Amino acid sequence: MSQTDLAAAKADMVPESAVSTRNISKNYGDVEALRNLSLEFPRGQLTSLLGPSGCGKTTLLKIIAGLLQPSSGEVEVNGHTVTGPGPDRAFVFQDFALLPWASVIRNVAFGLEMRGVAKSEREAIAERYIREVGLAGFEHAYPHELSGGMRQRVGLARALSVDAQVLLMDEPFSAVDEQTRRKFQEDLLGLVQNEKKTFIFVTHSIEEAVYVSDQIAILLPRPSRVSEIIRPSGFRDKGADNIRRDPEYLDIVDQIWASLRSYVE
Amino acid sequence: MTVFGYRLPGMSSLIVWGLLWEIVGQMGLTFFIPPLSEVIATLFAVIGTAAFQKALAETAYAFSAGVFFAITIGIPVGILMGKNRLLDELLLPWVNVFLSAPLTALVPVLMVLFGFGMKSIVITTTLFGIWIIILNARAGVKQINRSLVEMAHSFGASPWNAFTKIYLWAALPEILGGVRIGIIRAVKGVIIGQLLISIVGFGALFELYSANFLMAHFWAVLIVLFALAFTIAEFLAYLERRVAYYAAKR
Amino acid sequence: MPNRSLFLKILSAVILFGAWEIAGRIPVSYAFPTFLEAMGALFRMAGDGTLWTAYAETLQPLVVGVAISAVLGIAIGLWVGLSNVFDWLFSPIFIVMQAAPLAALIPLLVLAYGIGLTSKVLVVCIMAMPVIVLNTSSAVRNTPESMKEMGRAFLASELAIILKIIIPAASPVIFAGLRLGVSAGFIGAILAELKITPTGVGDIITYSRSIADYPSMYAAIFSIILLAVLFLNVLEKTETVLFKGNQRGYVSD
Repeated sequence: MSQTDLAAAKADMVPESAVSTRNISKNYGDVEALRNLSLEFPRGQLTSLLGPSGCGKTTLLKIIAGLLQPSSGEVEVNGHTVTGPGPDRAFVFQDFALLPWASVIRNVAFGLEMRGVAKSEREAIAERYIREVGLAGFEHAYPHELSGGMRQRVGLARALSVDAQVLLMDEPFSAVDEQTRRKFQEDLLGLVQNEKKTFIFVTHSIEEAVYVSDQIAILLPRPSRVSEIIRPSGFRDKGADNIRRDPEYLDIVDQIWASLRSYVE
Repeated sequence: MTVFGYRLPGMSSLIVWGLLWEIVGQMGLTFFIPPLSEVIATLFAVIGTAAFQKALAETAYAFSAGVFFAITIGIPVGILMGKNRLLDELLLPWVNVFLSAPLTALVPVLMVLFGFGMKSIVITTTLFGIWIIILNARAGVKQINRSLVEMAHSFGASPWNAFTKIYLWAALPEILGGVRIGIIRAVKGVIIGQLLISIVGFGALFELYSANFLMAHFWAVLIVLFALAFTIAEFLAYLERRVAYYAAKR
Repeated sequence: MPNRSLFLKILSAVILFGAWEIAGRIPVSYAFPTFLEAMGALFRMAGDGTLWTAYAETLQPLVVGVAISAVLGIAIGLWVGLSNVFDWLFSPIFIVMQAAPLAALIPLLVLAYGIGLTSKVLVVCIMAMPVIVLNTSSAVRNTPESMKEMGRAFLASELAIILKIIIPAASPVIFAGLRLGVSAGFIGAILAELKITPTGVGDIITYSRSIADYPSMYAAIFSIILLAVLFLNVLEKTETVLFKGNQRGYVSD
């Protein structure tokens, strides 16, 4: 985006950026996963990274998380340069990454445990978030006793428990069945409203991106770049049930598909 | 491991260990460890001798016969067990028992029943290898994708065709895996057999050399044996990879 | 149906022991006692205490050897799994040991350490350690990448990742490796007894053979196979209980 666009966007009543990525490049040997990618993520809103396979969206997310180092460029979160994982960011994994030998409450409290929070305190916090994600009663169950959807709720509760300002979600709903996925999307809307955190959400589902996002960044592969940024506005406040029939929603979905269709292998 | 940016090949640390062996040997630290160079020289000297060739032939014969029986009996039994539930329930407990049992304990029985000769050694070798071959053949048959079976039926394949063109190939990776482990066990079986039953083959050489304190000879033959065993194991792994390129990661 | 399965297990035992009995009566060989004769000898030896004193002696090198192999084996395995340098240095040794017929080393051990407890313990150790080391190191290296990443994402220290993620994740395979190590240890213990000097159960076997007391010989062999199988089954059940819900399985033989 050019300087004027940035300024215009800022003036456009878009709140300041919680996360800024500037000129990020990432090379694996000869393969260029990302080239000179710059993107701003507005505070308190949910930004999706949407694109076909190989467009580098998960790579970008992990660079923001501090799990990968960029070959060049920098990431700033709340004004501080990112060098590694930090307490200001929490990650939700696509394959849940739960500890199979630990109970739900121990899994949810894991982030706090790593930060040295005392056991009674961290379990109290964990219990609160377990209730918030709808898993009350399952505190002492084990991951293998839970369905895929429930496991991801554990992963979500874990990420919420550490009270980070930025929540990074790597295709969090792709490993669950369709009905559960729809429920998650509806719940996510409520979560974004209530939590006042900045969400960065990677997905390859167009409908999902348009449904949950305040801002959609469309990434295209080879070379990886931001092709456009869409800000759905009209239907945000209409309630979870009405969004999927809203004309603006349907138009945006079609528009995105039209531009992405040629990139499908 | 990388050093100065170069990836070191897998087994290259053996060179370091070889050097260490040489140094320890040259220092004369212990009578039991002659320098590696002396061992290697003896190795080349020994390989040509009649005694060695005889030992190799005897061991190879027993090993091949044992493996032959383990495979020709083990695979069909395993396949039958995989396909027939009754047979499976009757035999599986015993296969599992003998798989984990210390088969060495059975060797004295073989000695009294079949004498002190090649026959007992061959049977020992077979026994060491056969159980895992049975188990894996059974597993290979059992894990054949149900859809493949239904597909075969729907296209009207005859039982023979279905077996040779579909089931055999679907079960092959697992079967080969079992054969590989079974053969490694058979190598151990043939040596244990030789050590316990009758002093022939490599067992005889080890006894002879240790009794006469010919340490360099002992290590030389040991190296040959270990190298042979390792080569067989690697070759089988390679075969398994070549044939089973289509097998999903187990 | 659980009843059918149990019935068939009993049936298969009856068939095997029945065949043994019949073969003994034919007789297949003068050196082949009937099943009942062997069982009779077994009960006799259990009754007059010879069996138990024998096991007290036989189990010594086995227990000591397995204990040493377990502690050392897991320690080395962890080290090899966590450090690239150690992996490069030590893996080839254990891989070769795994494929090689280590029994060939027994004459050497006898030469170096005599015919006492030491060499027997060493025999058990060389048989048991490779599989324990290889399973442990492989389990550590195969820790799911996303779990380690999750640890880093939540700010776990290196040590915390090792203690709280890698080792618990590796436990099922490490335990399976221990089970295989015990199995190999049994082979080592018996080999040691039959080859080095007979004591304990090995003594019963060799002595009864030498005086043509075949029922006793078969009884002793039966008892040790029974013991090994029972113990390993207990280990396997423990494994299932301890690690329910986790992936189980072993890496190498």
